[in-house]
Amino acid sequence: MSYFSEIYNGIKTLLTGMSVTGHYFVRARKGALTQQYPDNRDTLKMFDRFRGEVIMPHDDVNEHRCTGCQKCEIACPNGTIEIIWDRGIDEVTGKKKKKIDKHIYHLAMCTMCGLCIEACPTDAIVWAQNYENSVYDRTQLTKILNQPGSKVKAGIED
Amino acid sequence: MIKDIHNWLFSIMPEGVASITEMVLIATAYLILFAVAGLYLVYLERKVAAWFQLRLGPNRVGPFGLFQTMADALKLVSKELTSTDRIDKFLYNLAPYFVIITSLTALAVFPFSKQLQAFDINIGLFFLIAVSSIGVIGILLGGWSSNNKYALIGAMRSGVQTISYELSVGLSLLTMVLLTGSLQLSEIIEIQRTGGWLILQGHVPAVIAFMIFMIAGTAETNRAPFDLVEAESELGAGFHTEYSGMKFAYFFLAEFINMFIIASIAVVVFFGGWLSPFGITEGITWFPEVLWFLIKVLIIIFLMMWFRWTFPRLRVDQLLTLEWKYLLPINLVNIVFMAIIIWLNWTI
Repeated sequence: MSYFSEIYNGIKTLLTGMSVTGHYFVRARKGALTQQYPDNRDTLKMFDRFRGEVIMPHDDVNEHRCTGCQKCEIACPNGTIEIIWDRGIDEVTGKKKKKIDKHIYHLAMCTMCGLCIEACPTDAIVWAQNYENSVYDRTQLTKILNQPGSKVKAGIED
Repeated sequence: MIKDIHNWLFSIMPEGVASITEMVLIATAYLILFAVAGLYLVYLERKVAAWFQLRLGPNRVGPFGLFQTMADALKLVSKELTSTDRIDKFLYNLAPYFVIITSLTALAVFPFSKQLQAFDINIGLFFLIAVSSIGVIGILLGGWSSNNKYALIGAMRSGVQTISYELSVGLSLLTMVLLTGSLQLSEIIEIQRTGGWLILQGHVPAVIAFMIFMIAGTAETNRAPFDLVEAESELGAGFHTEYSGMKFAYFFLAEFINMFIIASIAVVVFFGGWLSPFGITEGITWFPEVLWFLIKVLIIIFLMMWFRWTFPRLRVDQLLTLEWKYLLPINLVNIVFMAIIIWLNWTI
């Protein structure tokens, strides 16, 4: 008897599969996943978790959140991030304090593993959603993430 | 118009030469027609596959990508014919022709409409089964002569598969032949004009025979889910791994023409060939009956594409289990049922 129930189950599961793909077929014209890339360059938006490159967001008064702790530099498996840091006098306390001079990011070496962003305690660096990263000269791929004249936002270290 | 050409040919030439010329003309017409039809089946397959996978499919070359496969064919024609070291040259070159010629030969007997049939022989169905099973020799030769282990494994699998499933194709068609009492394809269609399509005339056994025919037919054409002959992930491209350019195109085209053949057999034997459903265009004389034939064939082909893009590939032992433990016994019992139905005269 199991012979016939096997046949019945076989046909039933095959039909289930066909109904799934059949639904896809009917909806394909509207819900196609394919992006016609060079044509829709202006409207194409990458999804939130897309890993384009590492950037350091700055606010209106040119302040970033990087304290220069170098955790990202240590976390990076292949030395993509280099931080050149300095000591300066803190205006509020008058003590000597570590601050970043240049946060150097070699996009050409980056494997997009995301360990630096996970390591960052102050969320100073995040993923950007840009996807057109090719350039004609590879020196352009070495980027300084902090903008010139920027400083760390007050109260980040507390 | 065909009559005019016929008369004109016979007026300018002696009878023997004229009939040979006519045959050549018809063969050339079929060749060109089905080469183009094959290309558009490839296009259709790619488009349907894309829609099943929520993609867009070819859409760059021409409107809706209609010229994509034409461009591909031109590319294949212009490519160099390479071959590997120490191949069996003669068989290697012969194999593609075996495959393409058998599938084109099979096309000759189909009645596309009442008038449009190249070759109406009284053993039509038998001829089809016989000719379509020669194609596997081409595949075996191709695999053997390529001097490549993947090609050889693919060809051996193809042999196993075709020999097994040939039985089911034959027996399921035999079930329907019990009902029609004729092997001539035009005769089979004429029977359906009065009694309704054979799939309805034959009660449950006809439906079962149709299902078995579709499964076995898909296996005959080496299409997914029975494409372990060319299982890309295991064997490269199977038996045609070493072929390039036009010879590869022959194999490729033959696969799609075979799909057309299987669909056409299904349409003729189960769905009334060029007859319109419920005879709705029976009285309209100008209506091209070939259109009904093509619509039905395209529906069956769509069904086969649906199979292909839904089901996962079978393993070799699963393939043989399906044939010898399920399809064949069911088929034999089915024939007996059909015989009983005809004996008791239960036909509609």
